[in-house]
Amino acid sequence: MINTVKLIALGLITLCAMIAANYARDLAYMVHALIIVLVSGGLFLWVLRGVDEDKPAPSQHEYMDDVIRAGVIATAFWGVVGFLVGVVIAFQLAYPALNFEWAEGFANFGRLRPLHTSAVIFAFGGNALLATSFYVVQRTCATRLWGGNLAWFVFWGYQLFIVLAATGYLLGGTQSKEYAEPEWHVDLWLTIVWVAYLLVFLGTIMKRKEKHIYVANWFYLGFIVTVAMLHVVNNLTIPVSIFGSKSVIVWAGVQDAMVQWWYGHNAVGFFLTAGFLGMMYYFVPKQAGKPVFSYKLSIIHFWALIFLYIWAGPHHLHYTALPDWASTLGMVFSIVLWMPSWGGMINGLMTLQGAWDKLRTDPIIRMMVASLAFYGMSTFEGPMMSIRAVNSLSHYTDWTIGHVHSGALGWNGLITFGALYYLVPVLWKRERLYSLSLVSWHFWLATIGIVLYASAMWVTGIMEGLMWREVDANGFLVNSFADTVAAKFPMYVVRGLGGVLYLAGAIIMCVNLWLTVRKAPAREASLGVAVPAE
Amino acid sequence: METYSFLRAFADSWMLLFLFGFFVAVILWVFRPGSSREYQETAGIPFRHDDAPAVEKEGPK
Repeated sequence: MINTVKLIALGLITLCAMIAANYARDLAYMVHALIIVLVSGGLFLWVLRGVDEDKPAPSQHEYMDDVIRAGVIATAFWGVVGFLVGVVIAFQLAYPALNFEWAEGFANFGRLRPLHTSAVIFAFGGNALLATSFYVVQRTCATRLWGGNLAWFVFWGYQLFIVLAATGYLLGGTQSKEYAEPEWHVDLWLTIVWVAYLLVFLGTIMKRKEKHIYVANWFYLGFIVTVAMLHVVNNLTIPVSIFGSKSVIVWAGVQDAMVQWWYGHNAVGFFLTAGFLGMMYYFVPKQAGKPVFSYKLSIIHFWALIFLYIWAGPHHLHYTALPDWASTLGMVFSIVLWMPSWGGMINGLMTLQGAWDKLRTDPIIRMMVASLAFYGMSTFEGPMMSIRAVNSLSHYTDWTIGHVHSGALGWNGLITFGALYYLVPVLWKRERLYSLSLVSWHFWLATIGIVLYASAMWVTGIMEGLMWREVDANGFLVNSFADTVAAKFPMYVVRGLGGVLYLAGAIIMCVNLWLTVRKAPAREASLGVAVPAE
Repeated sequence: METYSFLRAFADSWMLLFLFGFFVAVILWVFRPGSSREYQETAGIPFRHDDAPAVEKEGPK
């Protein structure tokens, strides 16, 4: 019965997508329609072939780990893809000749940049959040994921979203909103997937066997709910035609700018911070073998972060048409935000109290500590840059890029790598990682890469900010824009090299994780042994 | 009053007060008597069910 419904639905989707491909008004939309034809058609065949199979219901006495294994693979894969594109565009900026004539309109800097940002944030970071949230919510609720195969729908639906977004960018299907470039039809699909994600997560929390909801789940839930709200409000667009990817946003002028940066900054605050703090509050205690330093502080951390972050967006719009009171509000809240951020960092670091020797022996802990240090650094830098006077120097310069990357590469990247190193031996039932010295290599390559990147961007950012405002005795500007571009060349090369190091570290990680699954000794003891009742 | 002025005035008075009050209440709640023992128990959650979900009927602790 359920299979019949599935077949009818998939058949209809395939048919509609074929019609849409036929009437498509632009290339991006047509390619998307064809991708949907392939996916739904393939699923149709797959369901049809499995129609008579009796699948035993999965045991409720096991965690649902297969979807997490898939999520771990996807995280590593998209991470390398995203870093690679980042390295390519870094060198495209240094050497404009790399914007090849034959690839113009598909693989020039303007098309590849959103591909890089979305690949690292949503594909790498998003898959890391999906996989770890499914892992953490099961372990801390002591129950199997709610909703059966709905978790698989979330996983594959999210991958489809990534593919649609990426192909859209290359073919010009973009609504030009920072971190929210996908057009309306892709946004709608993400909304469906996200609601399913929320259901799986909430359903699992509802049927938990533990009395309390562990703090990591609060952070994950805050991330899921807020991102849903941000995504819907920021993408309220009216399509020009249902057969085309172009749409028009309902907000106008400064309201649109404010909604965009309310979204943009909270994408940083809830996607890249709250979600990853959920990761931190589980994996740091696990790897250190000790409970979190102060559970009270973690609760205050959560509420302070949730209450403050949501107001910080206007600091992206200093000296614009936005009313002064609004941008002052954004600035003040950004500075207040420093406190909970550092509270969280201290909570994470102090978890190692009494276990500091692990820094010497355990490169994974080292990675997590470095990640928290970068978190502390970028959450100090951010509030400082939100101050209007500082912002007048830093805004529109590479300083902003450097700030974003010390947060993204340092905090998000390293904590994710730490979580992956923890997860792979557990999920594939290995005794240990294949090689700890490869983890050390990864750690140093990544750290040196970030340092090169961030310091190059500080120098070039402050330099270009100062060059832009330099006036001579008569009040005329001294430098033309092209002068600043020429002066930035050496720093651009250093930045690109930093990216190469970071990418090399990630590739080493993939090799190490692959060899862990293939070569490391299996964890015999717990394989197929019934777990005794307590 | 036009919507903009109303919302602006509301945001920096009652809403601000509410949010601040909520936050203070959270802090007071966290430090309520007896919370330390409870939080100790909660902080130990990640170390309990690593390999398999909890069994249906748990015996008395």
